Amino acid sequence: MSVRRLHSEQPSEFAFTSENLAFAKQQIAKYPPNRQASAIIALLWQAQEQVGGWLPEPAIRYVADMLAMPYMRALEVATFYTMFNLSPVGKYFVQLCGTTPCWLRGAEALKSVCRKKIGAEKQMTEDGQFSWQEVECLGACVNAPMVQINNDFYEDLTAESFEAILIALQEGKEVKPGPQNARHASEPAHTPVTTTATPTTPTTANTSTPTNTNNGENRTI
Amino acid sequence: MLKDNDRIFTNLYGFADAGLAAARTRGDWHETKSLLAKGRTHIIEEIKNSGLRGRGGAGFPTGLKWSFMPQESDGRPHYLIVNADESEPGTCKDRDILRHEPHKLLEGALLAGFAMGAHDCYIYIRGEFIREAEILQRAIDEAYGAGLLGKNACKSGWDYNIYLHRGAGAYICGEETALLESLEGKKGMPRLKPPFPANMGLYGCPSTVNNVETIAVAPSILRRGAAWFSALGRDGNTGTKIFCISGHVNRPCNVEEEMGVPLKELIEKHAGGVRGGWDNLLAVIPGGSSVPLIPKEICDTVLMDFDSLKNVESGLGTAAVIVMDKTTDIIRAIARIAYFYKHESCGQCTPCREGTGWMWRVLERMANGRADSQEIDLLLTVSKQVEGHTICALGDAAAWPVQGLIRHFRPVIEERLEQTRLKQTIRQEAAE
Repeated sequence: MSVRRLHSEQPSEFAFTSENLAFAKQQIAKYPPNRQASAIIALLWQAQEQVGGWLPEPAIRYVADMLAMPYMRALEVATFYTMFNLSPVGKYFVQLCGTTPCWLRGAEALKSVCRKKIGAEKQMTEDGQFSWQEVECLGACVNAPMVQINNDFYEDLTAESFEAILIALQEGKEVKPGPQNARHASEPAHTPVTTTATPTTPTTANTSTPTNTNNGENRTI
Repeated sequence: MLKDNDRIFTNLYGFADAGLAAARTRGDWHETKSLLAKGRTHIIEEIKNSGLRGRGGAGFPTGLKWSFMPQESDGRPHYLIVNADESEPGTCKDRDILRHEPHKLLEGALLAGFAMGAHDCYIYIRGEFIREAEILQRAIDEAYGAGLLGKNACKSGWDYNIYLHRGAGAYICGEETALLESLEGKKGMPRLKPPFPANMGLYGCPSTVNNVETIAVAPSILRRGAAWFSALGRDGNTGTKIFCISGHVNRPCNVEEEMGVPLKELIEKHAGGVRGGWDNLLAVIPGGSSVPLIPKEICDTVLMDFDSLKNVESGLGTAAVIVMDKTTDIIRAIARIAYFYKHESCGQCTPCREGTGWMWRVLERMANGRADSQEIDLLLTVSKQVEGHTICALGDAAAWPVQGLIRHFRPVIEERLEQTRLKQTIRQEAAE
């Protein structure tokens, strides 16, 4: 558990844009009648996106009203789930995975880069462009070490490649998400993939098993 | 080594497209109607006979779990919930299924949901998987567009809806009842069992929660037959499994292998071996951060399946192999895991809320050499007081890595404490 409190300075009000209002209705429709509370995570997230990366108190109240929930229940959700930022974050919000698999492969070096290029943890740069935070396992362990910047994962980092990404973002350049070495995804690097059969040629696959239906398209039955 | 034609996830690495047309060429959604036509009992029996055990960590027999759902509805709807809240440190297999093989998951969700009399399925995906959720949503939309989901799914006469539900960053929501709470719009705090979800789950209705991989392998089992699946692996530990090999290996990767593959073969064949050679191996955490580590002597021979790893006082868990070579500060590595559990404890049960933080603080001191050697036993005692004294398994998961460390690396801890003590004595003497 970690203590999470609302920011000391809050805007006076919040309301969804018409687009987000439509999104909210669509989300609520996923759940049975009178179970609209289920949509709270989706709505709080959309509110956070609309505000620009953090969740102010009026937004929590607004969503609670929309879902006919007591404010307290909505506040509980907002403080329980760590993806809700209760204080403003930089335009580029760097979440650095520091859990053991990433730690083993050099997450500490990435932290040093953050301290050097951005500053202290959870502090925004003066121009509001960057802030960073250490988070727990983000689920890309075979591509460690990695960070999440806004919606994208940047994987297989080194201190150099990570610093280059931060500089590129600062200069407004596009950066390719995903592995920052030659890898495509989670396959072993530098070698032909261990799954050597081409997945899209099922006619040749598994002739020994007559019940195999790898070939969906060319079948006549 | 698993033969390529026995692989289920042929697009694990995403070299081919994840969309419907490409998925069909890999065999997905082929004659799903005829599989459904065989009936609920057939599907459950086939899964039971295949010996499939849940891929989310606990290894509970899947067919048995499905059979717990009421045969007839008492008026309450039934729900299938797919647990895509993958956040066990070391584990990143479900992510590959979600982004590269989403149609296997969707087809499996239809078959599994049908087998348990459900018309609605929620896929609870972890909030950080933003791109993966986008891909999955596209796949769902495609499947609806092609008449594979929705009213009269696959022209089978069965109505079936799949909804995507995003989480927002809470490890505990991977625990099935915490996931249900979260899905209902509350804090993700686990529920007391009984009642079990099969009787009182989502919204008080019969529900079954299954891991992504468990659901995604179901269509292949039903097509190729239980005999094919159960012929792979060993008795009681059948089929294939996606292993995630991370840490100090030359080529970290995800790979689908046969259950019961020797750990050494897994690391050397697929992950390019341990950094600096096999002899440079210190220890391996074989099943995600929750299971106790095993030292090199055990790694030499152990097989990667539920029962073999249980026999060496560890576990297969999610099959996330975290490799640590001899440069690793093992105390600090486990201390970092202890911090993870401190951070992720939901705070509901006192032994876990207080114990996880306590264990982390002591381990940090031990990593720095600032502890008394008697505290090793105290730490072990406290870990036993957390284990088994909480509503969910997070307490156990926090205690096991600590117990594993003390079981196998007690001399390392003792040596560090002793060295620090010696240094202090020398400093004191010098000062005098």
